[in-house]
Amino acid sequence: MTAFADQLLPVELEERAPDDLSQLLTADRVADPVDASRAADAQPAARGVPPKPAEQSEQPVQLGPSTQSDRAARPDRSDSAARADQPVQRSARAGRPGRNLGDIGWRGLTLAAAVTTVLALGSVMAFLALEGAPAVAGDATDLPAQAPDIWALTWPLLFGSAWVSGLALAVAAPVGVGIALFSVLIARRRLGGWLGASIDILAAVPSVVYGLWGLTVLAPLVAPAYAWVADRLGWIPFLAGPASATGRTVLTAAMVLAVMVLPLVASLSREVIRLVPSNLIEGALALGATRWEMIRLVVLPQARSGITAGVMLALGRALGETMAVAMVLSPTPFLISFHLLRSENPGTVASFIAQNFPEAHGLETNALIWLGLVLFALTFLINSLARTLVRPKGGTT
Amino acid sequence: MTGLDLIEVDSPVTGSTGSSLAPGRAQALWRSSQPLASTRRQRRRRIKDRAMTAALAACALIAAVPLVSLLWTTVSHGLARLDPTFFNQSMRGVAGVGGGALHAIWGSVLITLAATALAAPVGLGTALWLVECADRSRSALTSGLARAVRAVVGVTAGIPSIVAGLFVYALIALVAGPGYRSGLAGAIALAVIMTPVVESACEEVLARVPGELREGALALGAPQWRCVTSVILPTARPGVISGVLLGVSRVVGETAPLLLVAGFTDSMNLNLLDGRMASLPVYIYSQWQNKGVQAAAYDARAWTAALVLVALVLALHLTARLSARWATRKEH
Repeated sequence: MTAFADQLLPVELEERAPDDLSQLLTADRVADPVDASRAADAQPAARGVPPKPAEQSEQPVQLGPSTQSDRAARPDRSDSAARADQPVQRSARAGRPGRNLGDIGWRGLTLAAAVTTVLALGSVMAFLALEGAPAVAGDATDLPAQAPDIWALTWPLLFGSAWVSGLALAVAAPVGVGIALFSVLIARRRLGGWLGASIDILAAVPSVVYGLWGLTVLAPLVAPAYAWVADRLGWIPFLAGPASATGRTVLTAAMVLAVMVLPLVASLSREVIRLVPSNLIEGALALGATRWEMIRLVVLPQARSGITAGVMLALGRALGETMAVAMVLSPTPFLISFHLLRSENPGTVASFIAQNFPEAHGLETNALIWLGLVLFALTFLINSLARTLVRPKGGTT
Repeated sequence: MTGLDLIEVDSPVTGSTGSSLAPGRAQALWRSSQPLASTRRQRRRRIKDRAMTAALAACALIAAVPLVSLLWTTVSHGLARLDPTFFNQSMRGVAGVGGGALHAIWGSVLITLAATALAAPVGLGTALWLVECADRSRSALTSGLARAVRAVVGVTAGIPSIVAGLFVYALIALVAGPGYRSGLAGAIALAVIMTPVVESACEEVLARVPGELREGALALGAPQWRCVTSVILPTARPGVISGVLLGVSRVVGETAPLLLVAGFTDSMNLNLLDGRMASLPVYIYSQWQNKGVQAAAYDARAWTAALVLVALVLALHLTARLSARWATRKEH
């Protein structure tokens, strides 16, 4: 069919009068997408059949100058429309697209999907508020962990979330940006590709496996180091002993979290760094800047807002990470403490919910849902901030 | 000073960025790039460059350490129980050695399939509506709804997975009363997480379908639905498949929402609507948490389940990547 159309058109061009050229030109433009759509439709049967020689010799004769009046009388039967299959032709007669039953149907379907999305996802906050309200409003007699009131429960957990996530980001942000810089600007293309792939693997590992790894491998590994540090450097406020014997401390949880959000920081920064115009980079190098000067003076200022947004998105992810923290940390209730190495640790909102929900009943459940609402509001705030940071640069989330 | 002027006028550095490269920076750049500067300063610059390059390379190495350790631990600890029993027995009546994860594997498969059945049509439909209807419409109502859809999807993409679980719990608690747990509830929670992933992937792919194909089909008089079903969707198919697979690989390892709303059980349950349903991630968690007397047996089962889960997620991820690569290659 494709070959046939290609053969047909030059013949026509030679035979037509010039005043018919404009019509032909539109026919030409139409003919292309037909073939493209056919190809996309993947109908090997239609394409596989070679045009019969008899037809080929017949068509140009039929489409000679005599068809001109024919076409003027019935404009919907241009030769390309005649070649198109049956349903297309029928609906072309039915009128403008968007007016027939099929169109109304499919628009309705997709609109329903869109409305479902908005309603389902948009009602998250509403339902959490609905079910969480009793814990805030009611007399606080039956809260989880025998909390005296809901705020005494909320604040320490919020502190724990912020503290653990902050520590995790303090590690993950520089390393992640470093990986992105290395893989885009320094590594050869192939090495950069491998690096990206392995970072993606890191991102794909489920959080419960990270939890298992943190418990089984990381915590025993760092426990002696913690003891040593607490012994020698205990005078530094954060590092005061006695160090935890199991190694399951805030610092370990933060390290596991750092590994988990590292891929996010790295991939988002990589996207932004790729967007830095190469003429700026080449200009800096051409002026004699070393590679590091090029990065510091050109790439980082250009990519700063994007990198900040990536780090904030990673912070949102770290705040919401549940299982790894729940498995590594066994929290002491209501504790607010900056100590990194002790065995008494603050809990985080998400891990507290996961640890207490399976056995919760009554008002306890409502209190946990209330905590979920708080967590949602916090991540919502951070993600929206990240979004507004990214938007002026042209949407690189 | 003449050097600075030269940079501001001629150099491509300031030429194309305008204000984004502040004059102070240009000056610093110019000063640091002076060829006639002293050799000591040159040496210092070179050393600094080398040091920072090494530091950046070290970042990449630092990331490789946990990756290798994680994969190695999972494989070495997981191989111990990678036997037929693991795949053809549940944990019913097992205390100690033996037992398997058949019920959890079935649970994961069913819950994930149900979540995909919910999220894929909604995500794809929403993306189609946004790209094919809303972006071509001039009505204020439509574009307002489109903005709302995009905002909601953007917000939900960053939602912590445990919040999705709590949301579904709150939703279902109103209908079925508190304490209700089922595979379907888990599937809904996973669908909440998956829909934004599928939607944004599909939206991106659909927006990349060349406009000529669309215009061509419409110019032939094809109604819009036919243009979508026989031109746009076939063109976007690999990308859509890749988006759905990415969504699946995102949710198949989710633990927290399933722990909340699907619960855990030791026995087989193939009915999504009836009662607690195990899944692989929750199986890992519960094996670790509720260790019996023979703790080693529980640990071994947890690691084998982790190995199976990681292998599954990586296979899905790889398929999605290959599909996406195939999609972009086809475009050129």
